[in-house]
Amino acid sequence: MHRASFPHPSHEWSGTSPLMGEARRGWGNPHSVRIMASSPTPRRIPWDSLAVFPFVIFAVMFLFLPTLSLFGAAFTDRAGNFTFENIAGLFTDQIMSAYWISIRISGASALLGALIGLAITLAIIRGKLPQGLRSAVMTFSGVASNFAGVPLAFAFIATLGRLGLATIVLRTLFDFDIYRQGGFNLFSFWGLTLTYLYFQIPLMMLTIAPAIDGLKKEWNEAAQTLGASTWQFWRYIGFPILWPSVLGTLSLLFANAFGAIATAWALTGSNLNIVTVLLYNQIRGDALQNPGLGAALAVGMILITSLANVIYLVVAARAERWMK
Amino acid sequence: MKSQKFWAWLVFGLGAAYFIVPLLATFEFSLRMRRGEYSFDAYASVFADPKFAASFSYSVIVGLFTIVVGMFVVVPAVYFVRLRMPWLRPFMEFVTLLPLVIPALVLVYGYIRLYGSSSLIPFTGSILGTDILLTCAYVTLAMPYMYRAVDNGMRTIDIGTLTEAAQIMGASQMRIITSIILPNILVAILSGAFLTFAIVIGEFTIASLLNRPAFGPYLVGIGTNRAYEPAALAIISFIITWGAMGMINVLGRFAPRTYARTD
Repeated sequence: MHRASFPHPSHEWSGTSPLMGEARRGWGNPHSVRIMASSPTPRRIPWDSLAVFPFVIFAVMFLFLPTLSLFGAAFTDRAGNFTFENIAGLFTDQIMSAYWISIRISGASALLGALIGLAITLAIIRGKLPQGLRSAVMTFSGVASNFAGVPLAFAFIATLGRLGLATIVLRTLFDFDIYRQGGFNLFSFWGLTLTYLYFQIPLMMLTIAPAIDGLKKEWNEAAQTLGASTWQFWRYIGFPILWPSVLGTLSLLFANAFGAIATAWALTGSNLNIVTVLLYNQIRGDALQNPGLGAALAVGMILITSLANVIYLVVAARAERWMK
Repeated sequence: MKSQKFWAWLVFGLGAAYFIVPLLATFEFSLRMRRGEYSFDAYASVFADPKFAASFSYSVIVGLFTIVVGMFVVVPAVYFVRLRMPWLRPFMEFVTLLPLVIPALVLVYGYIRLYGSSSLIPFTGSILGTDILLTCAYVTLAMPYMYRAVDNGMRTIDIGTLTEAAQIMGASQMRIITSIILPNILVAILSGAFLTFAIVIGEFTIASLLNRPAFGPYLVGIGTNRAYEPAALAIISFIITWGAMGMINVLGRFAPRTYARTD
């Protein structure tokens, strides 16, 4: 660091500028702690740590403690004793099917979102489409990935609901009723998955675009010079480089859909028994009639999303080696 | 090569259709309120509803407080960790990743249990307390985005050299942050602020479980009671989100040297 080679008289500064003196000695060095402790001006020490204080307090109060309290409650019975009963209580048909539907919807919307998002991003970046298209599409993706929640549900009701425009157009033009003949229902598994794709695809596009940019033109040219076909390029070069990023984004999309509730709530109300709706009703009015079971339900959700994100972190670390 | 271009256009076209059709359909639906002809009646009905103005302005105010509190929490921490305590970086990365891992629904459950009216810090015991808790919850929700925006902003300027130069001139620590660091990362801060705003403005889960009259719960109420107003509100929400994201893009052009995070 150039700070060390910066010439100035340290004694004159130490009083007025606590940061400089401390930085030169090096924070976290056990030797420096001894010097600071014997220093006559104690207000030197806290400045930098004090600035990080709000952040740490915030993390403790609004992330760590609430989560820990749920973990605690999940392993406590009504009398306050330690118990595994709440966790065991999760293994009922109602709760297990709620978890399972949530996992399936999140999995399907993440998988489809990743595949479709990848295809669109590839088409835009590598498909020789006009230059201006890219920034327009990326801007739109930024908007669409944040256009979630209640308004998104309204938009899909207006499109694919029983009175929606797409439903009516298909019925009048092609005489095809997607509800009666197609067996479609917006307030079902596929309806919700289709709706979630509206923010999952753009999220995939935003996160995968830098990775696709990382595929250098030279690799393509080198492969062509050596006689590789387009398919061979993707099979042996492009995809092996992209896949860690794809897999990583996949777990991000999964967690994103798994924790979502507003869209599902506005779309289906309590019709679809997904785990977030179950937990919402539990928080509202103790629907499971057992607070400990509610906490266990929440802990189960944290475990599932953490698992998805642990995969993400492991895979992202792998992916970074290729991006340099 | 010709076929490659054809496939690219086909994929793009299908994707564009999926994203544009719901918007068109929603807009068309929102115009259908008057029988037999298109009109903006649904929009007029929305704007005439006093609850719309009340809940929307409530969410805007909470959003503004979220941005201020969030920046107060994030900016000094990022600055000092970058400058003096790089060993804390993994901790910060971990903390700012947590809100993406722990669903908002689970967090608010924890808040209600922990800060109920009979607890040590009874946030939910009073209206003001609940508003404060709601703001803090939103700060937590927006933390990953704020942190990354500010962190990217600080990476593009050399805060080490700037701080040293200011100290040689005799500037105090407070002055360095307010008149040197802040103006230099203003674009990044504003980007984070607009993103935060877009996230907070229509948030439903936390506001509804804390029983606050925010825009999100209002939207759900309208959705169950009305036919055409929801479509109009969806279009209005989309325009608001578009405005916030558009501002981030515009701001990106004013970023110092390298671009701040735009997409």
